[in-house]
Amino acid sequence: MKLETYDPTGYYDELFAGKGEPRASAKPLIDWINTLQPGDLRRSQEAAQIALFKLGVTFNVYSDNQGIEKVFPFDIIPRIISAQDWKGLEPGLRQRITALNLFLDDIYNEQRILNDGIIPRHIIESAPGFLKPCMGLKPPGGVWCHITGTDLVRDRDGQWYVLEDNLRVPSGISYVLENRRVLKSTFPSVFQTMAVQAIDDYPSHLLETLLSLAPDQLPNPTVAVLTPGIYNSAYYEHSFLAQQMGVELIEGRDLVVLDGYLQMRTTKGPRRVDVVYRRLDDIFLDPTAFNPDSLLGVPGLMDVYRAGRVALANAPGTGVADDKVVYSFVPEMIRYYLGEDPILPNVPTYLCWRDQDRDHVLQNLETLVVKSANEAGGYGMLVGSQSTAAERAEFAEKIKAKPRNYIAQPILCLSQVPTLVGEGNEIAGRHVDLRPYILHRGDEVYVHPGGLTRVALKEGSLVVNSSQGGGAKDTWVLMD
Amino acid sequence: MLSRVANSIYWLNRYIERAENVARFIDVNLNLMLDLPSGVSQQWKPLVVTTGDLKFFEERYGEATAENVIQFLTFDLEYPNSILSCLRAARENARSIREIISSEMWEEVNTFYHMVQEAAVNNGHHNVSNLFQQLFFHVKFASHRFAGVMDATMSHNEGWHFGQLGRLLERADKKARILDVKYYILLPSAQLVGTPLDQIQWIALLKSASAYEMYRKYQHRIIPASVAEFMILNREFPRSISFCVQEAERCLHQITGTPVGTWCNGAERSLGQLCAKLGYITIQDIIENGLHEFLDGFQKELNAVDDQISATFFSLSPLVSEPPMNRQVQTLTW
Repeated sequence: MKLETYDPTGYYDELFAGKGEPRASAKPLIDWINTLQPGDLRRSQEAAQIALFKLGVTFNVYSDNQGIEKVFPFDIIPRIISAQDWKGLEPGLRQRITALNLFLDDIYNEQRILNDGIIPRHIIESAPGFLKPCMGLKPPGGVWCHITGTDLVRDRDGQWYVLEDNLRVPSGISYVLENRRVLKSTFPSVFQTMAVQAIDDYPSHLLETLLSLAPDQLPNPTVAVLTPGIYNSAYYEHSFLAQQMGVELIEGRDLVVLDGYLQMRTTKGPRRVDVVYRRLDDIFLDPTAFNPDSLLGVPGLMDVYRAGRVALANAPGTGVADDKVVYSFVPEMIRYYLGEDPILPNVPTYLCWRDQDRDHVLQNLETLVVKSANEAGGYGMLVGSQSTAAERAEFAEKIKAKPRNYIAQPILCLSQVPTLVGEGNEIAGRHVDLRPYILHRGDEVYVHPGGLTRVALKEGSLVVNSSQGGGAKDTWVLMD
Repeated sequence: MLSRVANSIYWLNRYIERAENVARFIDVNLNLMLDLPSGVSQQWKPLVVTTGDLKFFEERYGEATAENVIQFLTFDLEYPNSILSCLRAARENARSIREIISSEMWEEVNTFYHMVQEAAVNNGHHNVSNLFQQLFFHVKFASHRFAGVMDATMSHNEGWHFGQLGRLLERADKKARILDVKYYILLPSAQLVGTPLDQIQWIALLKSASAYEMYRKYQHRIIPASVAEFMILNREFPRSISFCVQEAERCLHQITGTPVGTWCNGAERSLGQLCAKLGYITIQDIIENGLHEFLDGFQKELNAVDDQISATFFSLSPLVSEPPMNRQVQTLTW
């Protein structure tokens, strides 16, 4: 196995500084790969994939038959982040989530940022994630978003950008933990020579975050993970997290509001639930408050929540900050609430509701990525450079019809990582992003070292979502 | 524990046990047919008759040939009690309670399902009889392994007891059905009762319950009444009906904390009644009233126990706004 001829030219490569020239942080790994026989990596990759399948580390694909499970494709070559790089990211992520939390608390209460004209009121009021029933809420400790997954990318020059925030129910941490488990048993020797930060304590941090939401006087609060059920695409993760924390995994049908409390049906009668890590979108939580057609949630839950008798993580209403138009205002939020300059820049964003921006977007579709403001999973987007004229015309019409729903960004040249491609032993660069997970406990913000590196397995593709054929890589954050 | 979770672990174990017993069921017939003198016609219909699903089978397959019956009972996904269907259901149950069971248990179920699923895909590419004998061996073994892994890796808590309860009740039910096969397998003529052919059938039955060796130690000669007694009433053999229901009763009382011999809900009461009946009946009583009739009645009572367990522990009907723990404990008077 020789990586001496690997040539990252034209892209920022996470492991290589130039042709055949590994970065200092990646050198022990590359040296080790160079000692392997042809086929070794492929065999390890296949063994890892089989191990994941046996463990049932899978996700469900909606478009296929109900219950079809697939292993999240996994690439054996890890992505390495130097201690120095990580030190640049961590405070930026902390700053961002702190500002976003203040923003959420503000718009559901005093709305100072709207009254002061920093963000136009109509933007917030037209965001589908802005939930009127949440007005006036004061979650425990003033924290709205306890668990965040922020998507980052690196451009051609290695500069980090925030691509989007996921404040509702970010997925993926289970794959991070399971991929590491598999990689540790595949490459034990490399872990001994490189100082990779351990990540196994995430469930402990998550549990502490959830426990911190329970009312103080409760000696032994009941924490539970709320899942839509086994056909949800992220069901594996829900069950994994409940198992790793040793808490209940509940579904809506297990729950009932009784005597003013949220209770679960047990073999010995109803029992109170005090903290819910809900992996259900806001509008499904309570059919009496939000979507009356939903059978997934619990009627009356919002009343119990409002009375402070159950804690929800994340709080309902946080989805407003996932709106890509609202995202574009995060730097302003940081300046407004914290009086600081943003450490991590946003990707420059054109807002189609602004006449000037829209004109620019419509004239430059070929060089932009257009995104629907409220879709996730890589749906509803147009990568200008890879689109046909017909697709561009279609998007232009959509933008003109509903300008508020569209943003556009320059096509970034995402950084890449060497990846095993094809059926054989070929290694080529593939584009990646990074989703670190951040836990907000009020008095403390914990940034999990690393996160989910998603990789676009198709050559040249910039779309890394698992629903679009993306895979994952283990992410190694090195110690000093 | 959540009612839904208790329900799932109960059924997880029932389905695994069911898959194992269906495999035993077919395997014993395969062996039996191999031992038959040539000229005696093969009998596969009795297997379907004892499942209680003859009508469904005939609609789908028509004639009860070896191939049809084996396909039906092993791989037919339309038939909810085929081995593959059972394992699929077991896996779905396991998947919905992965946070409760040990990861080793999950891996066993997952691997078990994929093993049979693969066999279903490869079905027809190999020597059928050989393939099936191997498959049934692996199914039985995987079921034992699951039970062993569960025993050794999961806390013996409420969930474990619900699982045991499911496994034991399923085993008792299937034991009754296996024994009942003898009622339906016809000897070519009445004169053959007590002949080597009759003996071979009883031996096959014992073997299907892995009871042959233990029976030989209990009663050396193959005497039909003794075989039935061993398989129904023996208190030491872990696959006898009596043993299963008594252990099930113990598990049930571990769950509620009520002493055995008393009851506080319908499940304990109906299972207690069944245990008492088995505890005081003799094989002569059973034979006088008809073995088939006894087994049939037993299966019905077992269904009633299952209904009571569901109603007591698993029901998801809306809760009323008053303490549901207001139970009365009564002592049975003898």
